[in-house]
Amino acid sequence: MLLEAKSITKSFAGVQALKAVSFDLCPGEVHALVGENGAGKTTLIKVMTGAERPDSGSLFVCGRPVPHNDPRISRSLGIAAIYQQPALFPHLTVSENIALALESHAFWRLINWKERYGRAKELLSRISASIDPDRIASTLTMPEQQLVEIAKATGRDAKILIMDEPTASLTSREVDNLFGVIRLLRSQGVGIIYISHRLEEILSIADRITVLRDGEAIATKVKGEVNRQQLIQMIVGRELAGIFPERNAPPGEVVLELRNFGNRARGLHDISFAVKAGEILGISGLVGAGRTELAETIFGLTPADSGEILLRGSPVQIASGSDAIRLGIGYLPEDRRQHGVILTMPMLVNTSIAKLSAVSRNGVIDASKERHLAETYVELLNIKAASVDADLETLSGGNQQKVALARWLAIEPTVLILDEPTQGVDIGSKAEIHRLMADLAERGVAIIMVSSDLAEILGMSDRIAVMHAGTIAGLLSREEANQHRVLSLAFGEQ
Amino acid sequence: MTYIRTHREEVSIAAALIVLASVLAIAAPGYFARENLSDLLLGNIPVLVIALGMTLVIVAGQIDISVGSNFAICSVAAGFLAKAGLPLPAAALGACVIGGGLGAVNGALVGYLGIPSIVVTLASMVALRDALRWQTQGAWVQDLPINFQWFGFSQSSYPTVVILTTTFLVVFFAWGMRKLAAGRAVYATGSHPEGARLAGIDTSLVVFCVFLVAGLLTGFAAVLNSVRFNQIPSNGGLGLEMKVIAGVVVGGAAITGGVGTIAGSVLGVVLLGAIGPALTFLGVSAYWERAIQGGIILAAVINYARSTAGNR
Repeated sequence: MLLEAKSITKSFAGVQALKAVSFDLCPGEVHALVGENGAGKTTLIKVMTGAERPDSGSLFVCGRPVPHNDPRISRSLGIAAIYQQPALFPHLTVSENIALALESHAFWRLINWKERYGRAKELLSRISASIDPDRIASTLTMPEQQLVEIAKATGRDAKILIMDEPTASLTSREVDNLFGVIRLLRSQGVGIIYISHRLEEILSIADRITVLRDGEAIATKVKGEVNRQQLIQMIVGRELAGIFPERNAPPGEVVLELRNFGNRARGLHDISFAVKAGEILGISGLVGAGRTELAETIFGLTPADSGEILLRGSPVQIASGSDAIRLGIGYLPEDRRQHGVILTMPMLVNTSIAKLSAVSRNGVIDASKERHLAETYVELLNIKAASVDADLETLSGGNQQKVALARWLAIEPTVLILDEPTQGVDIGSKAEIHRLMADLAERGVAIIMVSSDLAEILGMSDRIAVMHAGTIAGLLSREEANQHRVLSLAFGEQ
Repeated sequence: MTYIRTHREEVSIAAALIVLASVLAIAAPGYFARENLSDLLLGNIPVLVIALGMTLVIVAGQIDISVGSNFAICSVAAGFLAKAGLPLPAAALGACVIGGGLGAVNGALVGYLGIPSIVVTLASMVALRDALRWQTQGAWVQDLPINFQWFGFSQSSYPTVVILTTTFLVVFFAWGMRKLAAGRAVYATGSHPEGARLAGIDTSLVVFCVFLVAGLLTGFAAVLNSVRFNQIPSNGGLGLEMKVIAGVVVGGAAITGGVGTIAGSVLGVVLLGAIGPALTFLGVSAYWERAIQGGIILAAVINYARSTAGNR
């Protein structure tokens, strides 16, 4: 046995990411890990690479226990990981990138350029990659960068190679090439842990498949034992928890409509759907399907380059965020700490910033009006803050998210795009945000909600648009929708 | 108490100024002679006026080291325009337009092309100064119209006029940074550019505008300064950018953007401007001036670093 993880448990801030998960890997085997977003795949990988320390459980490499794993130890044991986004030094050449991974780091050692070049060439040819070692890493294509990463790993004599979504940004021909390399490595006795959302690929390359769901290892199947349908069933198979607010008011007229909408640079194409007043449209899909890209494109941060947007039936141009705000479209971004709020500024400022014209006349801010606005939302959203003058970084995550939401309520939106509105907030705030969304819909706001939380998608949405590979794979009504159908569409099934 | 806590920099500098003034009042009362103060004031007013624009630039998270060269060009331009027979207000306006135009070029390169401001303004600093040297062949502008000096006012009334104008500008910018939506956009842009953009603020326009304003004020400062003399040097404003930036930083503006006030910058410029001549009056060798100014800058930055460290 090359690697063995026994009943690994790990929790983050009270959330169980892994519950007694066991996993093993033989030499010359491709062992795939599948599961939906948040099933615990990444955490399990991090335990193996030493990036996270498990709360309990043990790890064995080649039969020997590894009690205190860390990235250095894991590397010396021959474990290498290749991520979706390769992490090469962009300004250095291929041979330098490979050398940095392999050479000892004594400052006074002289560099043997010839040797570096020769070794890089040798390693690359071993995986039959024809890349000039003198090329600058930033000029390489995505698959070429991955090949360099693999060359780095083989140069370290990695016996265990972890590949996290390696094909997410590859074309099918590039995937074939990559699979050739994987088969080559497998024949050399390397054990490969392969993570992907693409079931087709998994079924063709994997010798064994382990399904993770909600932090538990559901089953491990040998190649040929399962088909796609059964896999999807295992990935989904659970009752969804959570109580969502009731809504009765029927949706009104169409407010926002997209026709053959797209943005080549962000990988979006042929997106068409309409949202009605008082409706919550859920947008589901796997990581990388283009959900956030769609939200940002509607809001004008990366303006669309094809198709049209109609607001109340008439075509509009949205070339920037301020255009969108003028038209009554608000966008709560996904990453709250990075983008949703300005942490170093007071709550007062964060609330009014998207529409200062509401609290000012001729560009002069009316301080009492601004204060009144912030205090209104403190009350309405039950925000817990020392005062509206407190810097936002002093508030809890849930309260920060409410302030981020207050900013967009302050523009009195007709369309509100919420990207992962409850990600990383506590359960209490989550319920409050859901109730607020229901209230807004009752009052006629059209809501587009992007979420990775299937329970939230199914519980809150009137209709669900499922995205796959940059477009809408299917639209489901509340009655039609269930976990199985949403995930089937998300995995690219018809 | 809240005021002291939230305006730590301003209060510390004001305290330092009071200490300095008290020491001078006892040890060298001659410092407060009308002539000395008036000289000091007129000499430092260009720094102060440019510091207003620089505060905007730094709060927006940028820097402009080309103001010294811009200042030299505007000074010479004001002189040429006056010599060409333009009425004084028109010549002054012309100098401001030139300053604003040069600032706008910086602003466009930084805001719309996304080139780092230190590189853009370093390039314009060098290019503008040498273009001026080549154009003028190093010659000073002389034989200025008689009414150019003191802007047509008398030598004794000119300081009052300048003080009033500058006070107006200071009050306007202090008010604007606090009360105008535009001021808020400058803080947001410097604090967190991506966050500001996602809140619908046109951050490119904000960056363009702060450079434009810095340029306009540089032109105006050049006019205020040029009329004090009967000839205009073609190498004016050497090292001016450093004086201005030092004053703004001492005043509590964070070079990383998002933090800074007009009041702080004014106090910073006054403290740094007052300390040099004070040394002479106190009998300390003038060679110490720069070292002490450097020490003040360092103290201000450490004070700032400690006050932000306390928040985390």
